[in-house]
Amino acid sequence: MAAIKIDGLSKTFGRRKALDNISLNIAPGEMVALIGASGSGKSTLIRHVSGLVKADADELGHIAVHGRKIQEMGGITNDARQIRRDIGVIFQQFNLVGRMSVLSNVLTGLLGRVPALRGTLGLFTRAEKLLAMQALDRVGIAETARQRASTLSGGQQQRAAIARATVQGARVLLADEPIASLDPASAKRVMESLSDLNRKDGVTVLVSLHQVDYARKYCPRTVALRNGTVAYDGPSDALDHRALRALYGSAIDELVIPEAPEVWQPVAPAARALESATA
Amino acid sequence: MGARTSYAGRPFSFRYLWQERYPVTQATHQQVTLPPRDWGRTFYHWLIVAVVVFVFLWSWAPAEMYLFVNLYTDAGNMAEYAEGFIHPNFEEIDYYIEEMILTVEIAVWGTGLAVLSSIPLGILSSSNMAPFWIVQPVRRLMDTFRAINELVFAVLFVVAVGLGPFAGVMALFIHTTGTLAKLYSESVEAIDPHPVEGIRATGAIRLQEIVFGVIPQVLPLWISVSLYRFEANVRSATVLGLVGAGGIGQVMFESIRGFQYAQSAAILIVVIVTVTMTDILSQQLRKLAI
Repeated sequence: MAAIKIDGLSKTFGRRKALDNISLNIAPGEMVALIGASGSGKSTLIRHVSGLVKADADELGHIAVHGRKIQEMGGITNDARQIRRDIGVIFQQFNLVGRMSVLSNVLTGLLGRVPALRGTLGLFTRAEKLLAMQALDRVGIAETARQRASTLSGGQQQRAAIARATVQGARVLLADEPIASLDPASAKRVMESLSDLNRKDGVTVLVSLHQVDYARKYCPRTVALRNGTVAYDGPSDALDHRALRALYGSAIDELVIPEAPEVWQPVAPAARALESATA
Repeated sequence: MGARTSYAGRPFSFRYLWQERYPVTQATHQQVTLPPRDWGRTFYHWLIVAVVVFVFLWSWAPAEMYLFVNLYTDAGNMAEYAEGFIHPNFEEIDYYIEEMILTVEIAVWGTGLAVLSSIPLGILSSSNMAPFWIVQPVRRLMDTFRAINELVFAVLFVVAVGLGPFAGVMALFIHTTGTLAKLYSESVEAIDPHPVEGIRATGAIRLQEIVFGVIPQVLPLWISVSLYRFEANVRSATVLGLVGAGGIGQVMFESIRGFQYAQSAAILIVVIVTVTMTDILSQQLRKLAI
């Protein structure tokens, strides 16, 4: 059974088709990159799989996670809250609660598992707190547990968010541009944490990325979106510069980390002549 | 030139107000012109001024503003009246303080109950938390609570539960709920939706989304406005006694009606000191909250 199965998914914002009849199968244990330029539908797709947005009403379209339908016929199913427990979501803006401690933020990952009243009152057991600490230790920020989440750097916040998804025990992890607002070193650590969860725990990961270089490095399979349709689905290695240019044309600059800027060119002769004339 | 450049140390003169102080540089680019005036906007601005002036003139006679001359002609009467207050009589200070504490206690319970009920009502009147068919009725109910003055509620509750402090507590409770629920909902509507989404994604139930995603964000503001309402309620509670709802108000109006100005003065001083102390204390606490 597929970990994520998307069938005939469409989404229209006003008149614009953000997603156009998308079908996708992701097997358990895969790590798949979702690439595409801004506005190609990456985030929209991920928000649909997590059941945070409703798809267009269409009798055919549905999304199932481990065989359980989270969306069907343009409505979020009644089981959505149940299914969400098994889906961890990592957001571009981390979506931590800034005024709560890092530990408390990680513990909220357990809300879908512990009894509702106990969770609502925030009464977590010692064992649960240790589980959260272990998750924080795994992403390398255990020492920040008592700090307010808002005091952490972007990279640390994103790792705390990964820890939250870890304690959730999710079998499927959706990451919506997790590194888009991070510096390169933090981005690398975050991608490594995701990759670690995938390799060691066998968690299925679907990660949307802006830059194809990260996809090639961490994800064996890449799905490329263009104008709300699947433009490419296959091994990441095959996505070299030429293949990308065929897919995206001039928009390719947005998807590849620009090369180091070239050495500064001396002033053009005409400009230099002007300069000496005015001096 | 020298005299024009500095005002410091000069004796005040009206002439100075009209004098050129710094020579203004002339525009050197001949091609600049002033943009044409937007007459529509100018008319609109003067219209607003005209409306405001009209409203004041219109209200002049109904508000008996022409009696302002009495402030001068009856100054003797007022001085006589004020004289009675010059020597406050603190003989019964223990009694006043006791009643003042009772007044604060009325405010404590009135505000406390309002805070408790405003949490759910505030969330139910936030358009980002509840559907409009819940938001609209709850908001209108809160408008009603707010529109009716504490004193009017106090009169109603005195009839319902009898003379005494409890009527005052209930009056403050209802009126403050109307205010706090509105203020609470305003801060809920201004939250960052991302953390709520983060909590939702863990499979949490709706109530947990509010407890973990919303409340931590709005708590400092909620504490701040609640303390502010407590201050206001201490002030309001001092007049609730007027209609028999207990507290120092009752003592104060009895003494004023009995022409015992020396006692009234003492009571007023007790009220002023208490209100000032509450203000300072709650101001400090509010600083801690944010």
